[in-house]
Amino acid sequence: MADPMRIRAQAKDGVTDVRVLMAHPMETGFRKDATGKTIPPHYINDVKAVSNGKTVLTAKWGQAISQNPFLQFRFKGAKAGDKVTVTWVDNMGETRTDEATIA
Amino acid sequence: MNTRRELLRHGGLLALLVGCGALTMEQAYAADAPGFDAKSLDEALKSLGGKAADSKDVTITSPDIAENGAVVPITVTSALAKTEAIYILVEKNPFPLTASFAIPEGTEAYVSTRVKMGESTKVYAVVKADGKLYSAAKETKVTLGGCGG
Repeated sequence: MADPMRIRAQAKDGVTDVRVLMAHPMETGFRKDATGKTIPPHYINDVKAVSNGKTVLTAKWGQAISQNPFLQFRFKGAKAGDKVTVTWVDNMGETRTDEATIA
Repeated sequence: MNTRRELLRHGGLLALLVGCGALTMEQAYAADAPGFDAKSLDEALKSLGGKAADSKDVTITSPDIAENGAVVPITVTSALAKTEAIYILVEKNPFPLTASFAIPEGTEAYVSTRVKMGESTKVYAVVKADGKLYSAAKETKVTLGGCGG
């Protein structure tokens, strides 16, 4: 399983700011390795964030999102102590879900 | 976890077709995510819904000069009412459509991420608000391209 995501969620004045750092090689499929063989594409293509049973963000990504993707977004309706869950799925079907408590 | 199962189930039928060789992986993904296989900015915009009107209510923040084209921070915000989606397109990349975010009600029209740029290029933020498309663009110069070796 991939390395865990680092999620920091902070609520202030009714808005929760979430910063996520995902661990993923995000191979574009354009790079070649030392032997000259093309490294196949391997990148996150689906992201979903949920809080209090409500989807607060969904994203579709192409291969040009940087390695170890960073994502920041903000939503209303949650407070400190609530949880936010982030899930990603990549083009090879691998997936990872991590949860953080809103500070 | 429900979210993971949902995501996997959604791709399940397409995965089956890819497994049978009836669809390539790229085609399967494109069926689910229009525009990501478009090779030009115009093609990508067409698959998102057509022309986008320039709007001062869409802001895109990116560096004037990016030292490292592999990690270029991009932030997009929209002040338009009923913003439902935000798209990021990197004009000169092989596949310009880089990200598409669906903004549900209650979520702010604000996203920030980092993208790869192969060369100096304009980056477009396209916002879908109330069914129509609006855009803003910013030129970012790259000193070291970020797409590969």
